[in-house]
Amino acid sequence: MTPTLSVERLRVRFSHRTGSIEAVDGVSLQVAPSECVGIVGESGSGKTQVFMAAMGLLAGNAQVSGSVRFEGDELLAVDAPTLNRVRGSRLTMIFQDPMTSLTPHLTIGTQLAEVMVAHLAMPWRDARSLAGRMLERVHVPEPKRRLGQYPHELSGGMRQRVMIAMSLLCEPSLVIADEPTTALDVTIQAQIIELLRAVRSEFGMALVLISHDLAVVAGLADRILVMYAGRVVENAIAGELFGHPRHPYTAELLKCIPDINGARLARLPTLAGQPPRPGEVREACPFAPRCPRAADRCRIERPELTGSSTSQVACHFPLTS
Amino acid sequence: MTNTLLSVRDLHVDFGAHAVIRGVNFDLSAGETVGLVGESGSGKSTLARAILRLLQPAQGSVEFLGLDLLKCPQAELRAQRRGLQVVFQDPLASLDPRMTVGETIAEPLKIFEPGLNAGARLRQVNAMLERVGLSPDMTGRYPHEFSGGQCQRIGIARAMILSPKLLICDEIVSSLDMSIQGQIVNLLLDLQRAAGMAVLFISHNLAVVRHLSHRVLVMYLGKLVEIAPCDALFASPIHPYTRALLAAVPRIAPHAAGAASPQAPGELSPPQAPPELAPAVLASAEVASAEVSPPRLMASGCAFRDRCPHALPVCETSNPALLEVAPGHWAACHRSHETLNPLSLRQ
Amino acid sequence: MGAFADEAARRLRSNSAAVVAVIALCAIMLLAWLGPWISPHNSQTLDWLHIAARPGMQSSHWFGTDRLGRDLFARTLAGTRASIAIGLAASVISLLVGVSYGAVAGYIGGRTDHLMMRLIEILSGLPLIFFVIFLTVIFGRSDYLLFFAIGAVGWLTMARIVRGQTLSIRQREFIEAAIASGAGAGRIIARHVVPNVIGPVIVYATLTVPQIILFESFLSFLGLGIQEPGASLGTLIAEGAGEMEAAPWILLVPGSFLAVLLLCLNIFGDGLRDALDVKDG
Repeated sequence: MTPTLSVERLRVRFSHRTGSIEAVDGVSLQVAPSECVGIVGESGSGKTQVFMAAMGLLAGNAQVSGSVRFEGDELLAVDAPTLNRVRGSRLTMIFQDPMTSLTPHLTIGTQLAEVMVAHLAMPWRDARSLAGRMLERVHVPEPKRRLGQYPHELSGGMRQRVMIAMSLLCEPSLVIADEPTTALDVTIQAQIIELLRAVRSEFGMALVLISHDLAVVAGLADRILVMYAGRVVENAIAGELFGHPRHPYTAELLKCIPDINGARLARLPTLAGQPPRPGEVREACPFAPRCPRAADRCRIERPELTGSSTSQVACHFPLTS
Repeated sequence: MTNTLLSVRDLHVDFGAHAVIRGVNFDLSAGETVGLVGESGSGKSTLARAILRLLQPAQGSVEFLGLDLLKCPQAELRAQRRGLQVVFQDPLASLDPRMTVGETIAEPLKIFEPGLNAGARLRQVNAMLERVGLSPDMTGRYPHEFSGGQCQRIGIARAMILSPKLLICDEIVSSLDMSIQGQIVNLLLDLQRAAGMAVLFISHNLAVVRHLSHRVLVMYLGKLVEIAPCDALFASPIHPYTRALLAAVPRIAPHAAGAASPQAPGELSPPQAPPELAPAVLASAEVASAEVSPPRLMASGCAFRDRCPHALPVCETSNPALLEVAPGHWAACHRSHETLNPLSLRQ
Repeated sequence: MGAFADEAARRLRSNSAAVVAVIALCAIMLLAWLGPWISPHNSQTLDWLHIAARPGMQSSHWFGTDRLGRDLFARTLAGTRASIAIGLAASVISLLVGVSYGAVAGYIGGRTDHLMMRLIEILSGLPLIFFVIFLTVIFGRSDYLLFFAIGAVGWLTMARIVRGQTLSIRQREFIEAAIASGAGAGRIIARHVVPNVIGPVIVYATLTVPQIILFESFLSFLGLGIQEPGASLGTLIAEGAGEMEAAPWILLVPGSFLAVLLLCLNIFGDGLRDALDVKDG
């Protein structure tokens, strides 16, 4: 069965006058049809850049190598018309800040209908009524009224629902959600996570959920990839990852999440140092400077991602359960 | 209370026709950490700015050590600022990009201790840098050369250099990576214990607030809806909004799989674990909270009634007052007395 | 400020047009101030033997002479000196006045800002030439009047620019942080606002210099500026205009100097703006 998305040895560098900076350093991953994959990482992890590369949305000074295949077709270095047939219809993306990703001077109805007119060559009137029905399906109250409104007239949560609706209009095989709840209040975040779950079971598409918040991903993902400094350091089924993390970074990250239920602590658990900025990695294993288990081998020899189909880790001294 | 540091009474802040803070009353004692939680539109950041008089409230008083900051003359206000400091949310934006780190941290000293010579000032700046976990050789560098976490430490250093009695932290860890948040929170805890300082910790992150605070204030649409000691708030929240907030925090259940829900199934979570607000209710709720229309807010009745699953007819007409329901535990809800028997709330 | 200056300087260096412009400017200024040592002639001496002489390398008058026999080389250099000096001095004055005025208006805001801006609008509305003529009639011709008039040109727009920049800075968090630290308005304006708006201000100031030189030339051309026997590029051009058919070099020499001066200043100003622009904000 062809994976819906297959990324192989992806490298993304951004060239500056002082040299080039590595944002993604050899990432390989796969998303199976209807699978929900969570991508977790902090700043500098490169998690967004991987999927910007897939969508062809990287900045002008980016150099990309490797391969990104969507339903078997290569996406990198493909011309704009070819890419445009896929993006927005079968491969869609939801961004973090819906205010900036919606066009401020067009009504919601126009923006939604435009997607269908462009990709499915549908007449405007049909497109608008379908747009209205999609807004109902994502639980936007008073959908008819919303069609005529502008983005600034909607709340943050509402706008995000519109973005989700937009991403579903052409029945995509894969939706990439880049930090879809980060800019939202926690009560609204809960609703959006619920919505994404409902949408997944209703439409059956694959979903990539990118977030810095493991708890958000926990609610949705079948499988989780943890990224650090441009590389994948762990790739495991959600239950395995939370129950038995194998990479020291994953384990430390889990400990850092303050627990709202457990006993009150005198000090919050934390990880010393900070994630390296892109281009700042000096050791062979980028986590070595902060790793409680680091040894000489980690500074010299780069750990590669190895393991079974259910659990992979890039570490010389992975944790054992 | 004889050691009341800050006393806010009947505070109202309007942005044009829109009432952002609608009558807030609370006290803060010396040495205590008070968490202030709320979502967007709650007015919590506006409250911080009002207390600091970075904006002019329409009504009310803010007494700091007995002096009303809102009414006193500018010179007096500036003198008081020494004891009342703030750290803002965006670490890089709160530092002047054209000033070195050393100059930024030294500025409060230049303002309040003009008698100090340059050498003495530098010594204090260096000492402060070390206390926040940075090194003195960073004094000549500029903010853009530092990471978010480091910038936040610099902001804390600037705020603490004159040993204020009260530090207001406005979402100071919200823009930081998770593995760094703990560092900043722990730094704050250490500094606070060493100095015996009071802290007003504003955040939407309930989990962090839980570990930091002695008392917690919950704000909704410009009003305080619940005040309680920290343990009491998280163990037995009274106001429906507080309960919704706690229920909405995503948790990692021990055996999480793709079907894990935002609420941990049963163990150690608040007694009302199943979703309080059904998605349909929540969806329509957004209409009320988001498009905050002034006439709606000015109308009588509880501001939360549109989203509340336990609303009664009385909630439409009468605005519940903040009443002491249990020792030290205040809630603004007509049904607060019923929480003693949770079953009665399930209609 | 050090790091930013270095970065801007580096970017400026990589802009070849700006570099050439700077070199040319330096050459002109060097020539203008060292000229008297190079040239055997004085700008005031009348050489009755060589009235309106053509420029040539053979004679001692390299650029020729004017109607009164004065060496054009020396006079042009004297004129250049005067024009540059006036341009720089007036620019500095308008910079100081404009920046202070604009920063205060922008920072304080409210009614004060309103009043201050209305004043600027009124002053902008005054037809400057008539104003200058009017003042000349009352106070007679003087170099101080010239300074005053020219200063009045530059600072108005500078104040508007600085006010606009201040307004956009005003809401930024580091200003709030400074207020919360107990800094007074004076300190904030001087230490936080001005250094952060200085980028566009420097660029505008650099572009003001050629404007001022041109304005001074214009005034002098009209007879309102520098008086005989002093010279500025404007007065020289005025003289040269009268002799255009018979002795064109009397116009061409100072005219070319003025043109090159203005061109270089403008190119340099553009280069400076590009160099400072990228990292701002």
